[in-house]
Amino acid sequence: MTQSLLTQPYQRGSPKLHEKSIRCRLIDLGLIDYGASFSLQKELLASIKNKTSLDALIFCEHPHTFTLGRLSKKDNILCGEEGIKKRGISVNRVDRGGEVTYHGPGQLVVYPIFNLSHYKKDLKFYLDTLENVIIATLLKCNVHAEKRPSFRGAWIDGKKIASIGIAVHHWITCHGLALNVNTDLSYFSMIRPCGLDITMTSIESVLGNTNDISKVKQVMLDNFVKSFNLEIMEGGK
Amino acid sequence: MTEIKLPELGEGIEKATVSYWYFQVGQQVKEGEDLVELATDKATFNLPSPATGRLKEVLSQDGDEVKVGQVMGAIE
Repeated sequence: MTQSLLTQPYQRGSPKLHEKSIRCRLIDLGLIDYGASFSLQKELLASIKNKTSLDALIFCEHPHTFTLGRLSKKDNILCGEEGIKKRGISVNRVDRGGEVTYHGPGQLVVYPIFNLSHYKKDLKFYLDTLENVIIATLLKCNVHAEKRPSFRGAWIDGKKIASIGIAVHHWITCHGLALNVNTDLSYFSMIRPCGLDITMTSIESVLGNTNDISKVKQVMLDNFVKSFNLEIMEGGK
Repeated sequence: MTEIKLPELGEGIEKATVSYWYFQVGQQVKEGEDLVELATDKATFNLPSPATGRLKEVLSQDGDEVKVGQVMGAIE
């Protein structure tokens, strides 16, 4: 796949989709507890619904955490209570789609709180665009990832490097994506990621060297701006 | 009486799975409140109540698959 194809704006639907930029707050939380970031998402979602906040783009990393989607089966956590305690992992059941996943230091997590009424009320459009953003970001980091039909996320040689899981209320999005940059992948062996027997990978594993997560974050931000036609208002409300 | 139907969720999305009813039959609900959560692909979609009133019936239970346009329940 070529870069030009990956970074092309969404073609279907209204041609007006990308004419006007959408003002968006940038919120960089650094390393933050999963629960605290979740509360912030809910607050922002309510404010956007009440039209007292702009759309928001949250960047963060989490301490070691397993999250389970609404329909996740608990037996997809393979290690038992003791293993979870031993490695200091918190477990959260959340209202997003998808199965169990792991978050931890070295993984770039992005929570776009976007009103899809600005774009298109279409879950497929939104999930496709998130995948395009991830793949374009990875390409800029010299990692050639691709989509897999029927399996959301970004993949390299059958290994998964990024996961997606979203929830939508009143066509406003929350939850989002997680990209493994320098993630300790051993934590994924404690679960069946996404309920599948798959191997996870990271930018570090693919390239063989540790990467500056803040640079990946900047590239990711640039791709969000391009794909969703955002005007970033740092610290704006 | 107002029917609760699965709306269009996106191009090519023909069905979803009921994952959670926020209200029980007989309870009062206001128009616009989250009424039922649906799961599809890697997304959950919260359907707002189409009307204010009493949740009269629920035809699709948690775990049931529903098609776009299918009636899942009713408000009266």
